[in-house]
This record gives sequence, C-alpha cells and structure tokens, in this order.
Amino acid sequence: MEQGKIKDLLITATKIRKHSIEAVYSASSGHPGGSLSIADVLSVLYFDLMKVDANNPKWEDRDRLVLSKGHCSPALYGALAEKGFFSKDLIKTFRHIDSILQGHPDMKCVPGVDMSTGSLGQGISAACGMAVNAKIFDKNYRVYAIVGDGELEEGQVWEAAMFAAHYKLDNLTAFIDFNGLQIDGHVSEVMSPMPIDEKFAAFGWNVIKINGHDIEEIKNAAVKAAQVKGKPTAIIATTIKGKGVSFMENQASWHGSAPNKEQYEQAIKELDAYLESLGVK
Amino acid sequence: MADNIATREAYGKALAEFGDKYEIVVLDADLSKSTKTDTFKKKFPERFLNAGIAESNMMSIAAGIASCGKVVFASTFAMFAAGRAFEQVRNSIGYPNLNVKIGATHAGITVGEDGATHQCLEDIGIMRTIPNMVVINPADAVEARAAVEAAIKHNGPVYLRFGRLGVPVIFDESQYNFELGRGVMLADGNDAAVIATGLMVHEALKAKEELKNEGIDLRVINIHTIKPIDKEIIIKAAKETGAIVTAEEHNILGGLGSAVAEVVAESYPVPVKRVGVEDKFGRSGKPAALLEMYGLTAKNIVEKVREAIKLKVK
Ligand SMILES: Cc1ncc(C[n+]2csc(CCOP(=O)(O)OP(=O)(O)O)c2C)c(N)n1
Repeated sequence: MEQGKIKDLLITATKIRKHSIEAVYSASSGHPGGSLSIADVLSVLYFDLMKVDANNPKWEDRDRLVLSKGHCSPALYGALAEKGFFSKDLIKTFRHIDSILQGHPDMKCVPGVDMSTGSLGQGISAACGMAVNAKIFDKNYRVYAIVGDGELEEGQVWEAAMFAAHYKLDNLTAFIDFNGLQIDGHVSEVMSPMPIDEKFAAFGWNVIKINGHDIEEIKNAAVKAAQVKGKPTAIIATTIKGKGVSFMENQASWHGSAPNKEQYEQAIKELDAYLESLGVK
Repeated sequence: MADNIATREAYGKALAEFGDKYEIVVLDADLSKSTKTDTFKKKFPERFLNAGIAESNMMSIAAGIASCGKVVFASTFAMFAAGRAFEQVRNSIGYPNLNVKIGATHAGITVGEDGATHQCLEDIGIMRTIPNMVVINPADAVEARAAVEAAIKHNGPVYLRFGRLGVPVIFDESQYNFELGRGVMLADGNDAAVIATGLMVHEALKAKEELKNEGIDLRVINIHTIKPIDKEIIIKAAKETGAIVTAEEHNILGGLGSAVAEVVAESYPVPVKRVGVEDKFGRSGKPAALLEMYGLTAKNIVEKVREAIKLKVK
C-alpha cells in the first residue's frame, strides 16, 4: 500500500477517534473504549474498500457493514460523518432526545447505518442474512460485520458462524475486535471464548490474524478475505481498547464511561498531537 | 369431518402458491415438515433456507435479508418464535420495522400430546406489545391463506399464528375478503356479543345455536387481526349488545380478551367476560380433551354469556 494512502487512512482513523470522544463527552455517556479500538478498521473499510454512496445510502448494490457491537456507535457515526452521510455537526447531538444519533445505531433514521444493533450477538446474524441474500439473488456486494471479543460469549454468534459456513458465505467478512476487555474485566477471565481462531476455523471459517491498528494489515486481510472462495472469513484483529488516548488504553473502566472536561481536553490534545505528527495542523 | 384443515397446512400451501407471485424467501428452523414450509421448499429450493435449530439466529438472519428489500417468512413453533426468539424479534425485526413475517405454527394448547413446553399460550400477549408488529390469528384454512397474502402485502413485521390441529372450515374461499385489521361479524344478534379468534370462532358459532334455545340472540364476531384491533366493531358491539364475551386459545391474560377489554374500558364500558386458559400451564393430552379440560368449548362460552348478561347495567 502506498505510504500517502496509509497516512490518509491513519488521519481518518484519528478523526473518527476524535468524533468518538466528542460524541461521548457531549452526551456525558456512551462507549469510548471499544469505539477507539475499531477506528482503524472502520477507516480502512469506509475509506478504502467499501462500495458505498453517501448520496444514496440505500443503494441496493452497496457493500454493507453491520456493527454487531452496536454500543460502539460513536466510531460508526464518526466514520459515516467523515464519509459525508450526514453533517459532522450532528456528532455533538449524540444520545440527545431530538437527535437521530441514538445511543445504539438505528437504521431507520441514520443514513448509512445498515442494521439497527445494540443487543449483542444479533448483528452478525443479520450480516449473514444480507450475505445470503446476495447469494440467493445473485448480487455481488460484500458484507462486513464488526464483532466484539466479549460478544463472542453470546451463543447466537456461533449459530451465525455455523450458518455462514454452511451456506458458504464467502462474501461475508467478520472483524473480531480482539481488545481483550469487556465490561467486567478481561474477556479471558469473565467467560473465555478462547481460542477464538481455532473456534472459527473449527466452524468452517477462513481465519486471518492481524494487528488491528496496522492499516496495511487490515487492508491486506480484507482483500485476501474477498479472494477466498466457499468460506466466510474471520479477521481476528488484535487491538487496544481505548487506543490513542493514553489514560483510556487497556482500561475496562473506560468501556462505557464519559470523560469529564479535563479528561476530554486531554484526550483531544493527544489525538491532535498525533494528527500533527501526521502533518495535519 | 372431511372439512377439517389445520391452519398450518393452509400456511404451507399458501407459501407455495404465493411463491410464484411474490419473490418471498422462507426460513425454517428444522421443523419444515411440521410447519409445512416444506411445500415451499420443494417448489422453490433456491429461496428456502434452513437455519437449523437456532431460532434466535433465524430471526436476525431474516432481518438481514429483509433489510435488503425482500419479504421473508421465518417459521418455527410459536413457543420458540415468540418465546426463545422474543428479543431477536423485538430488536432485530420490530424495532427496525423490517418486512419479516413470522409464521408461528403449533400455537395454543391443541399441540396436544407434546405438552406444556410446546403449547404456546402467551404469544399473542408477547407479540402485541412489540411496536410495529401486526398480530394475526386466523380461524380457518381459508382465512389463513388470505392472511398470508395480506401479510406479504403489508409493509412491516407480521406475526402469523397457526395451529397444528385440523379445524373446521368456516369461510367460503370464493367469497371471502380478508382485510387486515378488520373484524368480521359472522352472525348478528343484540343480547350479547362473543368476540372470538382462531379455533374458538367455530365454538362461538356453536354457542350461538345453543343460546338460541334460551331465547338469547348472540352476536358473533371473528377477530383475525388482534393488532391493530378493529375498535369500531368492538365499540359497536358494546353499544348495541351491552355485554361482551371473548374467546381465545390463549392465556386469558394478555391476549384477545385483554385487548378487547382495553378497548371497551376506554371507549364504552360494558361487562366483559373472558374465555381462555385461566393462567395455567397445559399438559399432555388429546387436543379435544385439553380444550374440554381447560375450558375452551362452546359450553364455556355459553356460561360466560349468561354471566355477562347478568352483569348488564339495566
Ligand atoms: C445481549 C446483550 N447483553 C449485554 C449487553 C450489555 N453490554 C454492552 S457492551 C458489553 C460488553 C461488550 O464487550 P466486547 O464485545 O468485548 O466489546 P468491546 O470491548 O469491543 O467494546 C455488554 C455486556 C448488550 N448490549 N447486549
């Protein structure tokens, strides 16, 4: 991948992180930790790989993305706003009573949201439905699902995994956001879904393991996934919960809490400093 | 009775029939022989998917397909559709208002010998509290077929409740006009009204005949769409008869009886008596014996009509 492009995607990912912090701060509630961990994946998907049209969000042949870990809506909203699906000004209305930006994504009112999610385990099934629809009706869009590692504890995820393999949904790619943390602590301590890779492989999936903050690895894995025939692909992306904001990194306590003013300013300062290092003033 | 057809039979036949006319997709959870979706599967294998024994997953998958613009039927027993998959139905289908039609068979106590774990007496109550969800409970095979087409044409989620047991055919297919949300007056009468749904409609008609001998002129109304309910026909019955009895193969809590009582209490209060399963779990047995044991017969309707008439404000 070209260096300039990598840099652009890193910049976008950082903007998504800033939007996430902004959203959660404005609402005084929301989920920063898991939003920051998937920003790079969203950047690569929306700004390099996915066929979508911000002017025609319901375009039938678009690629689709289901944020199965729907609590990380701040990052999704950030990506969609950057992509031009709606005004960036809306970010600070996140979770407000008169805003379209609900706490969890609502496909009925937010342009670009392909599925309403928030109840863990259901989004990946819905993604399977979209993918199988393409198979039945001979469409060639791709479907991406973003699934939490804690979310893997929901039995429905494995029902979906079985379904996807059975129906050979090679147009489906699931990114597992392997940040190792859920609400009550370490995923491996709360209720371990390990080994994740062997489980998906045993369920008949193609499995790729990457560093979920490495733009090039994300892109290459997604491209490889699209070339695999007859199997869905699980990309297990090792990430850092709270990535990019020093005091949030690897802290389960930042799963679902909002920064105060001081913390907010500190977070934005750190993200701005990173942007500056990438040449953005 | 040669005429007895289970509404699930009519459902399967209707899917196969309408599969030609509409580009529907049908899902099942390893019960296609029982839910009768196998008739569709045989004719349109490319548009049939088995989700396996994974009802919750099936509902969310149906949502995914519907989100791409298709009308999807997701079928399993009512217990699993409304019970196990409730939250998926609410969050993946009801909330995003998707075009998923839930074909729930084996509803009610007449599943029979499989017993309490398979008899769903709660589904109407559960489903009607989900915003956007339309709830239909057909009385016979003719109505079931018509309900399937109405569900296809309706834009949004629909819960269709079907039974396992063969039930008498009441309607004449050549003349029957199904209107979603519209009650059907089957017999006029001014002393009391019985508002029935599903297989209890037939019992209500029998009750009318029995009460004739006592000089009681009973109105019989069939409510196939429990949500949105036909308020007009209910209020009119309250006004013109002054006493209402509901009849359903469901817990008396939360179902048709509750829905009718809500309308009556808010708009034109008159006595309402309910025939249904009296907040109990069922047990194994032959369907007819169970209907008798749990008080779901014409005789029970007759008794409740007498009680309701006694309560009338003179
Ligand atoms: C079915 C369901 N159960 C519980 C919750 C509450 N909940 C929200 S986020 C979360 C933890 C998710 O952890 P993980 O999937 O690892 O997400 P991430 O760490 O990436 O934020 C839980 C339990 C929910 N949203 N849905």
